[in-house]
Amino acid sequence: MARITLDHIRHAYGPKPSAEKDYALKEVHHQWEDGGAYALLGPSGCGKTTLLNIISGLLTPSEGRILFDGRDVTRLPTESRNIAQVFQFPVIYDTMTVYDNLAFPLRNRKVPEAEVDRRVRETLAMIDLVDWADRKARGLTADQKQKISLGRGLVRSDVNAILFDEPLTVIDPHMKWILRSQLKRLHQTFGHTMVYVTHDQTEALTFAEKVVVMYEGEIVQIGTPVELFEKPRHTFVGYFIGSPGMNLLPAELSGASATVGRQTIPLSSGPTVVPEARVELGIRPEYVRIGREGLPIQVTKVEDVGRQKIVRALFEGVPLAAIISEDQEIPADPRVVFEPHGINIYADSWRVEAGG
Amino acid sequence: MDKPWNNKAWFLVLPVLLLVAFSAIVPLMTVVNYSVQDTFGNNEFFWAGTDWFRDILHSGRFWDALGRNLIFSFVVLAIQIPLGIFIALNMPKHGIGVPVCLVLMALPLLIPWNVVGTIWQVFGRVDIGFLGHYLRVLGVDYNYTQDPVDAWATVIIMDVWHWTSLVVLLCYAGLVSIPDAYYQAAKIDGASRWSVFRYIQLPKMKRVLLIAVLLRFMDSFMIYTEPFVVTGGGPGNSTTFLSIDLVKMAVGQFDLGPAAAMSIIYFLIILLLSWVFYTVMTSHDTQR
Repeated sequence: MARITLDHIRHAYGPKPSAEKDYALKEVHHQWEDGGAYALLGPSGCGKTTLLNIISGLLTPSEGRILFDGRDVTRLPTESRNIAQVFQFPVIYDTMTVYDNLAFPLRNRKVPEAEVDRRVRETLAMIDLVDWADRKARGLTADQKQKISLGRGLVRSDVNAILFDEPLTVIDPHMKWILRSQLKRLHQTFGHTMVYVTHDQTEALTFAEKVVVMYEGEIVQIGTPVELFEKPRHTFVGYFIGSPGMNLLPAELSGASATVGRQTIPLSSGPTVVPEARVELGIRPEYVRIGREGLPIQVTKVEDVGRQKIVRALFEGVPLAAIISEDQEIPADPRVVFEPHGINIYADSWRVEAGG
Repeated sequence: MDKPWNNKAWFLVLPVLLLVAFSAIVPLMTVVNYSVQDTFGNNEFFWAGTDWFRDILHSGRFWDALGRNLIFSFVVLAIQIPLGIFIALNMPKHGIGVPVCLVLMALPLLIPWNVVGTIWQVFGRVDIGFLGHYLRVLGVDYNYTQDPVDAWATVIIMDVWHWTSLVVLLCYAGLVSIPDAYYQAAKIDGASRWSVFRYIQLPKMKRVLLIAVLLRFMDSFMIYTEPFVVTGGGPGNSTTFLSIDLVKMAVGQFDLGPAAAMSIIYFLIILLLSWVFYTVMTSHDTQR
């Protein structure tokens, strides 16, 4: 288990990167704690797999260093980094039994056979495959195969980190939930440093203590699920996390209030922004209250999603979503109130710290 | 769940069935017809029963040729399969090298068989052939028209040159279908080069290898054109394989009855051995 330090890492797939846009992964400079559970969250092509492969050593970054517990491993090949990785599609050695699959990484490292047996039996218990030990790995279901992939990482007691590259993509929905909670339990029991790549916000938010949100090759925010929800640092985080995502209204600032169209919304403090910045007011649908008081809106659509209703409306000509409880009625002349603590102000897509 | 059955589909198979009947089944039945009768021309036939079969099975000539066939197929498989795997493993997976290698590999397969024979017949001649002449210059006493060992070596090297590509292409197709994640996982698991081959590449190539072994076995067991063109079955009878012997008997001596009986025995041997290969190589799959 190790603390992972990403020291000014950048990566470009092309040979001679010159401009910022040539980098698939823009500068990353962070420290990830030993025993932490991190999720890399972002849409396809945002550089999250690139970052993961840099950590595992399948890629060498164009610039920067990567350290495990302060030791520089940038130039070390994958096999000497002592990490485990679970891939999108389960990788198993078909011709071997489940037992031999798990023993494989240990035998390759010349671990004595008695120790191999002890570790493999422990791991089989961890991943609930004790009864399957002598079966050929070929005939198993996708989730069992994925457990074996995971087991091959867990079996090595000294593994620095376990990396997951969208590991639940091919798993049935009801098994996803079970596997995810098993993973979480394993993390709590054994305290491995885990890095989990996904584009599914539910997976990221339920699995990780810290979620790393990536967008166009850049880390836009690292935070706990609550931080990502309450204080998205970038409009992309607001939009990507939450369902529906954060409302963004073009606004103008004047002291401790913001003007959207002809309406003025009071703020709890007066944020300062650079004069030419494009200012937006962000508010999550959960913090938009619909009732008889406040500012006027036109409701365009109401979606019933079970225990809640999503109200789609126009506020000063700008689309606005709100979440209300199922039994709440929408008045004939609907009006909205924005809860002050739910308001974030963005200048050029980045959150203004003093605001809200 | 019941699937709807539509028997009209059989009509679509019918044309092919008729074609196969005329091109394969009917000729095969004619051969059966010849094998149990004797004829002296004029379309007169006399019932011969199993006499021809007994004759063939008691003739040393048949067993010698069969022995040569078995040795030839064994040697050819023993060289081409490992060599084919080895070349496939070392072929590039990306870049300009891929089409270049593929075209080079496909070249021998595109040459008509008798042309292959002619190429090697000329290539190996001691008077004008490049190979034959320079082997002589280097002091090797090489002459495929007189020395049985040289004749065998020539025929086997020619077959390796001609057919190894097929094994290479099949194995290569199996190899490129392995996702990168397997190699990455193997790296992470600390697998050696040999383990990667043994536990990832070989299992993934197994199906195409089965096809390669079957095709190469059947083809090499039926070999006719190339040795016929190069050595004509000689020197003596040293490269007379079953097919060459068969043609001598049927077309040269016009012994239609024995030749037909031999054809059928030959056919049954290939069928039997192919079935054995297939059963042995696939039995592993069903084991749990």
